[in-house]
Amino acid sequence: MLKTLLRCAGKFVAIAAAGLVMSAQAAEPIRIGSFLSVTGPASFLGDPELKTLQMYVDKINKDGGVLGRPLELVHYDDVGNASSARNFASRLIRSDQVDIIVGGSTTGATMASVPLVEQAKIPFISLAGAVVITTPVKHWVFKTPQSDRMAAERILADMKARGFTRIGLISGTGGFGSSGRTQTLEVAKNMGMEVVADETYSGSDTDMTAQLTNIRNTDGVQAILNFGFGQGPAIVTRNYAQLGIKLPFYQSHGVASDSFLKLAGKAAEGLRLPASPLLVPDSLPDSDPQKAVVQNYKSEYEARWNAKVSTFGGYAYDGLMLAVKAIEAAGTTDHEAVRKALENIHGYVGVTGEFTMGPDDHNGLDADSFRILEVQNGDWKLIN
Amino acid sequence: MLSEFLQYLFTGITIGATYALIALGFTLIYNASHVINFAQGEFLMIGGMTTVSLTGMGVPMPLAIVLAVLLAGVFGILLQRFAIAPAKQADVVTLIIITIGASIFIRGLAQLVWGKEYHVMPNFSRDEPIRIFGAVLNSQSLWVLGVGAVLVVALVLFFTRTLIGKAILATSMNKQAARLVGIRTQLVLMLAFMVSALLGSIAGVVVAPITFTSYDIGIMLGLKGFVAAAIGGLGSGVGAVVGGLLLGVVEAMTAGYVSSDYKDAVAFSMILVVLFFMPRGLFGAKVVERV
Repeated sequence: MLKTLLRCAGKFVAIAAAGLVMSAQAAEPIRIGSFLSVTGPASFLGDPELKTLQMYVDKINKDGGVLGRPLELVHYDDVGNASSARNFASRLIRSDQVDIIVGGSTTGATMASVPLVEQAKIPFISLAGAVVITTPVKHWVFKTPQSDRMAAERILADMKARGFTRIGLISGTGGFGSSGRTQTLEVAKNMGMEVVADETYSGSDTDMTAQLTNIRNTDGVQAILNFGFGQGPAIVTRNYAQLGIKLPFYQSHGVASDSFLKLAGKAAEGLRLPASPLLVPDSLPDSDPQKAVVQNYKSEYEARWNAKVSTFGGYAYDGLMLAVKAIEAAGTTDHEAVRKALENIHGYVGVTGEFTMGPDDHNGLDADSFRILEVQNGDWKLIN
Repeated sequence: MLSEFLQYLFTGITIGATYALIALGFTLIYNASHVINFAQGEFLMIGGMTTVSLTGMGVPMPLAIVLAVLLAGVFGILLQRFAIAPAKQADVVTLIIITIGASIFIRGLAQLVWGKEYHVMPNFSRDEPIRIFGAVLNSQSLWVLGVGAVLVVALVLFFTRTLIGKAILATSMNKQAARLVGIRTQLVLMLAFMVSALLGSIAGVVVAPITFTSYDIGIMLGLKGFVAAAIGGLGSGVGAVVGGLLLGVVEAMTAGYVSSDYKDAVAFSMILVVLFFMPRGLFGAKVVERV
């Protein structure tokens, strides 16, 4: 009696297990791999990026997934360390066997994993800024943020439009600042402008009045640009106000956040910088195709996490949406088909800008996707 | 020309005064135990961050500062009790390594409690800078200098005029002999850590309006302060102040007259030169090693 019962139960379990396996096969998840700097010095990048990915993967799954299959996010924290980013990229490719990678908060982490990705022939959408990631074009590598070169182009174009052609440059010696400096010098040359003063400061400096005094005393300087990151630019801004320099002042997109306004305080009044429309979603004209996307992302993110939305999370939003769009267009997760579909993306309106990729453009944005903002009465004001 | 020079000088003094104030904190513990307390920067951070978060909660600034300094003092005692005291027979190098570990721990704790953002603290007096011959000086720099001067005098008096100060010096010179004449060396050490935490947190509060403050501000300011202390001669209060100001002025002058790219290089070469010719620093005690 007991024996037959056990046999029955055994059969039942076997059938149930087989059923489970089959239903799992029917909707095998699409695996999206990610390595981000969720903790460590670059956590202000990785933290909102991960939150965005998690939130939208959940949302897409609730709405029925992609190609009828749910998404599965496999993510690792590289702590801002390029060599662990490389290890995690290798793990994503070899043991997790993901279909596409969306990640790499910093340029260092991205560039460290590029050789692996190219070798494994798997599409990779990076969330880091530097121009080297997609110039020269790498077959499998795409990215969502604008490059620092575009920021330089946007700033210098705005200066030129206001009639300034002789500029003073002060930049941080960190990766962001020094790359921005190189790009600014090149762009200025191409646009027929002249960098008449070129000063630097290191990340741990607490006073930059000496450098600013030098720039102010340079003959013929008409506007000043600070390319930097972190608290340094806020100190530069305060020193600028203390010295009473009256020249027009520009900052880079590196400090386009509300926390910069809080740090620099009244000293920031009147300065301009290029930024994502995410900072001023409500002042965008209704004709702007990005307005709805940006407003939606902002309200959804803030409702879900109870924290202020950041530009960096927007990069992850665009990365994930581009991946989804490409997989849908390809109708499969076959690597080469998805890569082709990514290259063919045309006019996707995202949070960061309007993406139009091509075989020789794996970023898909132009300088106009930056908006020029001015600080007025302690808040951002859209200029153009 | 003059205004330019003055501007560089003022910049140097502002930076230097910050370094000097931090360097002072290293002096005390070094005097008591020959330990270089690398958690000194963390006391600085506790001072600044506590003040900012208390004022954010609506506590008036003077009270917030007092509470912040007291909290740092408690941390100083805890550090000595739970990290240094259990390793009492260990040699100085081990103790220094322990302080590095403690600093990482405190920083992690601060990151959990306060998050990773930078915070602003308003100037103590007015926001408007002071103008002298076309150069400008941040009014907070005067506070830093003033507080630094008061602390130096207080330290000198403490070590030469009070019994506790003398007990601390005695302990540093010869622990065993000090114990034999009835000094409770563990208590003295604890006291030294507490006072140095107080010093560090005062420095943290005074420089915060200039440098901003965040959970990791202690790393960068702590290291620069240590360098200043080494130039001036570890253990000397006057040396800490002179070392700090010298470092700051050299940095600013290099940035102004040579190139901002070489600012740190020149400052660090200066340390090499000073320590090469005067291994104990500018004002360090001439000590003969017993063999």
